[in-house]
Amino acid sequence: MTVRTGVASGVRGTARITARGDGRGGTVLPVLDGEGPIVPRRTRSAGAGARVTLVGAMSGPLGGDHLTVEAASREGARLQIGSAAATLALPGQSKEAARYDVRLTVGDASELHWLPEQLISVRDSDLRVTTRADLAASASLVLREEQVLGRTGEEAGRLTSRLTVRRAGRLLLDQELSCGPGAPGGWDGPAVLAGHRAIGQLVIVRPEFDQHRPGPALLGETASLTPLAGPAVLVTAVAPDALRVRRTLDEALRTLT
Amino acid sequence: MSQAALLVLADGRFPAGGHAHSGGAEEAVKAGRVTGAADLEEFCRGRLHTTGLVSAALAAAAALGLDPLELDEAADARTPSAALRVAGRRLGRQMMRAARSAWPDPSLDQLAAARPKGAHQPVVLGLAARAAGLGARDAAYCSAYECVSGPATATVRLLSLDPFDATGVLARLAPELDLVVREAAEAAQRAVADGVDELPAASAPLLEVGAEAHAGWPARLFAS
Amino acid sequence: MHLDHSHDESTAVSADAHRPDGHRRALRIGLGGPVGSGKTATVAALCKELREELSLAVVTNDIYTREDAEFLLREAVLPPERITAVETGACPHTAIRDDISANLEAVEDLEDEIGPLDLILVESGGDNLTATFSKGLVDAQIFVIDVAGGDDIPRKGGPGVTTADLLVVNKTDLAPYVGSDLEGMAADAKAQRAELPVIFQSLRSDVGVGPVAAWARAQYAAWAASA
Repeated sequence: MTVRTGVASGVRGTARITARGDGRGGTVLPVLDGEGPIVPRRTRSAGAGARVTLVGAMSGPLGGDHLTVEAASREGARLQIGSAAATLALPGQSKEAARYDVRLTVGDASELHWLPEQLISVRDSDLRVTTRADLAASASLVLREEQVLGRTGEEAGRLTSRLTVRRAGRLLLDQELSCGPGAPGGWDGPAVLAGHRAIGQLVIVRPEFDQHRPGPALLGETASLTPLAGPAVLVTAVAPDALRVRRTLDEALRTLT
Repeated sequence: MSQAALLVLADGRFPAGGHAHSGGAEEAVKAGRVTGAADLEEFCRGRLHTTGLVSAALAAAAALGLDPLELDEAADARTPSAALRVAGRRLGRQMMRAARSAWPDPSLDQLAAARPKGAHQPVVLGLAARAAGLGARDAAYCSAYECVSGPATATVRLLSLDPFDATGVLARLAPELDLVVREAAEAAQRAVADGVDELPAASAPLLEVGAEAHAGWPARLFAS
Repeated sequence: MHLDHSHDESTAVSADAHRPDGHRRALRIGLGGPVGSGKTATVAALCKELREELSLAVVTNDIYTREDAEFLLREAVLPPERITAVETGACPHTAIRDDISANLEAVEDLEDEIGPLDLILVESGGDNLTATFSKGLVDAQIFVIDVAGGDDIPRKGGPGVTTADLLVVNKTDLAPYVGSDLEGMAADAKAQRAELPVIFQSLRSDVGVGPVAAWARAQYAAWAASA
């Protein structure tokens, strides 16, 4: 399935992960399928849940590539997915944008933690990311996304990232960030990023937030926690570098879970 | 029905509460990100292409007759900041009052009854435009313009900025406003065919974070 | 799922005398006037004087801080849920005259949340002599000036001095110290206002806010009788 078929079309590849409860409080992984440059590996888990680490078999995505991760945490499962290293969006020979689509499904009484490392938008790259999470009414989700605009001292590539979270069929969060050369005007100005080079978001959906949602809070000068219009909160952080964004998100994650 | 209704709806003096909101400018000024006309222009440009585009598309979709409650939910999802949702609904309620006086229409009454504390402002604005006999592009123009004229006016007060400079900023943004309105109206058309997920969701992290900061201030000139 | 909004009755369109549920709404009295003339002190005194006999609430239109609302809260003139503040975007007169929507929502919300009220006092942010309340917002308005702000104010007139239902000349106890001519002010006010009432007030005197409270009582009686 991982075939570099030529300059124009790029690589197609899909990683599939399915977890389900084993009925005894544990989680099994009936599907762990890595056809493509992203390979999911089961790693040791601290608790009852399953842990999967995405390993990049090659550096990418390059221009023209289209990578997909499909992960499902079915009823009763507890699944945590991380990645072994940051993902680099790189320029390819193709003039086409690269695509990276993440599809997450979380069933009833199930929990998914999607905690990949940063996505780094390298100079002259062009990547469109879509992340969609579909949750059942009693599902829980912890989702982290971090974007870094350029490696140290480097100009950013072009990056568009849309994050959509749906719960019980209703839209809970829909946000798109577009930045880098050629992005709509003002992306680096005082309303949007103001020169910051790292952006992070942490979404936490928990059914018990229906009764007790944490209130809004500032987490430093350029980060905040806000309750969404449903049993969920969003932490948004921007900072000069990825380390500072991660610190803010980690701190928030500790206090919220 | 008259095209001039657009002037009534877009008038900065239309009594719908906008004068008390800075569109994030007050926070940006205090944080030192906006210190003069050049910053204001970049601030407005960023706002126009993010929250401005989203609002304009929501307004256009409402003007095309999409279910306002569904659009209201789409607006909630596209407004993660709780402070901005509160401000948006408050302004929507104020817009509703003015619109029902200006262009009485059962569609406005229905939405007012379903959302007594206010639907999101762009949705009400779009419905008002429809009640006034205006089209999707008109609604998008109103919404997009308001999203930059609000911060520009507020910054004149906040920084004692030369009002001619602020007006110059708005004039220079006009061609981009045309583009945003076209994009918003096209997205609204797609939403009619394929559902509200077609609407844009462009976001501005610092507007979101800044809105939460601003809402916590003990002293401020503007409500948002 | 959507926790941000509740579903109760519909909102009113304008300043109708009745609420959407058919009940008669509260009488609304506006208090306007220049900065420092004693509007907040007068509101506080009125609340203390009238709170036993009328169900009261206050809306403040602070210019910058929530100081006016907080003063009233600190003085405990009313329970906190009966005091609310409106933000005015650096333009206090706009919020009471040109675009009254935020103030209308504040008064409606007070009645929705704490039940039927008899009287709501709407205090303007301190402004200039031209600031008056819209008739769409209040049923009657009091313009508060003070002797220390210059005894030529009544002569200069302006919409507040000329047309307010009641003109209060405040801080009369200071007149000897600032050299204000109270008789001259009274004559000028009479010339500007013809039959409209003027009350000279010192909140430090024994009568205090009594005459203004009596005027407010009469306004309420007329409002109640017209139901």
